[in-house]
Amino acid sequence: MTDPTPAAPILTVRDLRVSFAGARKSWNRVVHGLSLDVAAGETVALVGESGSGKSVTSLAMMRLLDPATSRIEGSITLDGHELLALSEADMVAKIRGQRATMIFQEPMTSLHPIYTVGDQLIEALTCHRPMAASAARKAAVALMERVRIPDAARRLDDYPHAFSGGMRQRVMIAMALASRPKLLIADEPTTALDVTVQGEILSLLKELQAEYGMAMLFVTHDMGVVAEMADRTVVMLRGDVVEEGTTEQVFRAPRQPYTRALLASVPALGSMAGEPVPLRFPVIDIATGAATPGTPLARQPDFSAPLLEVRDLVTRFDVRGGLLRRKVARVHAVENLSFAIHPAETLALVGESGCGKSTTGRAIIRLAGGQSSGSVRLGATELFGLDAARLRRQRREIQMIPQDPLASLNPRMTIGEALVEPFLEHRMGPFAAARAKAARLMDQVGLAPQMLERFPHEFSGGQRQRLCIARALMLDPKVIIADESVSALDVSVKAQVVNLLLDIQERTGIAFLFISHDIAVVERISHRIAVMYQGEIVEIGPRAAVMETPLHPYTRRLIDAVAIPDPARRHLRRSQPPSDLMNPIRDLSFVPPSRRYREATPGHFVRED
Amino acid sequence: MSLYESEDPDMTTDLDTPPPAPPAGGDPAPPLGPWRRALRGLASSPAAVLSGLGILLIVLAMALAPAYAKYVAKTDPFRSGLSAKIMIDGTRVPVMQRSTEGLGLGVTPIGPTWGPQYFLGADNQGRDVAARFLYGGQNSLFIAGAATLLCLACAALVGIVAGYAGGAIDAVLSNLIDMIWAFPVYLLAISLSIVMLGKSFDFGPIHLSSSSLILPIVIIGLVYVPYVARPVRGRVIAITNSEFVLAARALGIRPSRILWRHILPNVATTLIVFAPMLMALNIVTESSLSFLSVGVQAPNASWGTILQDGQALLYSRPVVSMAPGIAIMVTVMLLNLFGDVLRDILDPKSVRGR
Repeated sequence: MTDPTPAAPILTVRDLRVSFAGARKSWNRVVHGLSLDVAAGETVALVGESGSGKSVTSLAMMRLLDPATSRIEGSITLDGHELLALSEADMVAKIRGQRATMIFQEPMTSLHPIYTVGDQLIEALTCHRPMAASAARKAAVALMERVRIPDAARRLDDYPHAFSGGMRQRVMIAMALASRPKLLIADEPTTALDVTVQGEILSLLKELQAEYGMAMLFVTHDMGVVAEMADRTVVMLRGDVVEEGTTEQVFRAPRQPYTRALLASVPALGSMAGEPVPLRFPVIDIATGAATPGTPLARQPDFSAPLLEVRDLVTRFDVRGGLLRRKVARVHAVENLSFAIHPAETLALVGESGCGKSTTGRAIIRLAGGQSSGSVRLGATELFGLDAARLRRQRREIQMIPQDPLASLNPRMTIGEALVEPFLEHRMGPFAAARAKAARLMDQVGLAPQMLERFPHEFSGGQRQRLCIARALMLDPKVIIADESVSALDVSVKAQVVNLLLDIQERTGIAFLFISHDIAVVERISHRIAVMYQGEIVEIGPRAAVMETPLHPYTRRLIDAVAIPDPARRHLRRSQPPSDLMNPIRDLSFVPPSRRYREATPGHFVRED
Repeated sequence: MSLYESEDPDMTTDLDTPPPAPPAGGDPAPPLGPWRRALRGLASSPAAVLSGLGILLIVLAMALAPAYAKYVAKTDPFRSGLSAKIMIDGTRVPVMQRSTEGLGLGVTPIGPTWGPQYFLGADNQGRDVAARFLYGGQNSLFIAGAATLLCLACAALVGIVAGYAGGAIDAVLSNLIDMIWAFPVYLLAISLSIVMLGKSFDFGPIHLSSSSLILPIVIIGLVYVPYVARPVRGRVIAITNSEFVLAARALGIRPSRILWRHILPNVATTLIVFAPMLMALNIVTESSLSFLSVGVQAPNASWGTILQDGQALLYSRPVVSMAPGIAIMVTVMLLNLFGDVLRDILDPKSVRGR
């Protein structure tokens, strides 16, 4: 933020090496000589993709790695204490939860479910500093107010399950702040949170850092978060520090090809302004650093007739309870959803967790369970009237690319078997033709045809997603539903898979329903965008119209909350009020309101509230 | 985020065109299927290899019972030999000897000779205990093994049908399982045996004499069905709801093929893991029932009946009971050891590839 030349560092790490016990008494080094300083009031980001050793580094600093299977060498000095020389008892008594505290990725599992939030806060307050019960309670309320939890005094006696993910992360932060630490290590603290909640938590952390003057070490894979938060940035790759510098330097003028490749792979919201069609990510050669700019999509969607038409789609799930398992409430997952997708078009369905976007994808191919009604027409066929056998045949036309490719591949089938199976099941040709097609598709998705003999566990995450894409293509579908298909991938891999999807669309004219919470990726890939909130579409229209002139307040909030990977464009507002809980569970008597949509510009509809 | 992230080949970064997939654990090139990886895991575990060899050795020894009886012991272990005499150190010695204890009344069978005949001595009817021990082991292992297969087959059927069909069928089968489960195993087995052994079993063309081994096999096989069917059902439900079955449905794969190709192979591990443990349990159950005279019927032998034969001779000829007792203990321990390793390798919850 201000001049990043602070006085004495709080945390000094020199030549940190971390190794894990491998097979046959060997040691695998996963962090090779890392050095960094963090000063009071300063935020340093440790950024890297999975496997870079960033989380191991943060755990090593707290000495939270199992000493039986790990070895930490080098020097870690925190506030004058050499941590690697301290005994485990001293670590507990002086360091952990005292001078240094840590918050983790999963607020859902970091709180103990059977104690109230107040009990846990009070424990964090009193475990190092004895105080009277009434004083501790007062301090706990003050802490909860500090992290902007509304109605703190009353919510103190609630159990964690009554808190949303963002609220739990606030409680975790409150617990971490209880001892007024010198250093706060935040390990992917917002990765599991929705984008609007992420914005709130990040600005809260920034404010609290200013109040407490603590040093912050931010471990993350998200370049947007780094740009938003960090004064200095350390880029890691496979246990090595690749680049280090002020955040401005690293983003403005990255020196190493890897950093350049990483930054080029990060979609920046707003970078598509003025681009008429979806644009591929630039490809950067990691060895030379030479960049090939992304090419725009050549094929245009055919808007003459819709390919897939969804009308008044409703999906509800019954909530049963009580002794007799009677219906007590209903989850309104999807309410009166209507949209159409055209050949060679990508429609993005954007929304936060629980908004019903994944259920929509499954309801279209009638795999959602629960009760669905409405109409889904594929060409001339109405999917919602088909019997099981005809529906099964019709599924050939609409394929799915899942979020978790490993889970969606049978661990006991080779890739070859998995690819050939749907082809043969739909009687599309003899076995030899299936094998030939599988080999061709492997080649198309950038994998060697020889890999067909392998099993799913022998591939990396990005490769597995390519396999799932190849499997979907085996059936020559007309529509592919991509449900968070790139969300779990590392940034560089994500860019490659997005480019692959665009290549496929250009070549085959497949239409995509691209379901995602990641607006920056959506901006790259889609022709039109539909924004979902609480099971309904609040705004739908051409990409440029929705992104550049968002009309619905929720769309605006969603776009504003995205962290942009550009330190010059820090924009998160301070002191945001926490957003309310999104809860689609309603009474049985609930009648969803009928909605009207206003056409602002041609094709750009917004819900009238 | 895994602590061992860098070691995990699944999480390698692939910035460029992906390299050939890193084979798990640095193994050489040929891809290993899950089954072959499991076999390799077994082969590389000393405990599995030793216990497996031990079990094989026991089975082989028991299989040689007829040869032993004919060529070594030269006796028919199913006929009483009260008046038999054998040569020891050049003198003919009666098998049933005058008792040397107490008042010297009655007879005591000969003790272990540690020679080819009557190696472990004789029982109350003058039969060669060593030969009977081998024949009995044959029966014990055969009954336990057949009961294991029967139990696994029934449990697989019930568990898969209940788990895959769901709804009313699941409710009926699950409640049936619970009812069998609620019944004490031995009480159930004893009452079943008494009903079935009391007179020969006739059902249409099926005729079973009361000395048939099929009866104990069926009884033992059925009583443990709930113990296996329950977890199988749970596993089927979990797999049916898994992402890859959903993916298969989305691909338009027929339900019969989903069951056969996607669900069954993944349930098979659960069944395989149960096999050795169930076998051990069955050996103990068979011995207990035979000991209580409701299992294998005379003149047939099993480790359980020999234990009972030895009960009366516990003070004078303890080896008669000790031999089958030790055999049961060693076999059960080896089976459990083998089963433990097998579970670690095959259990879906155990850490993959490590």
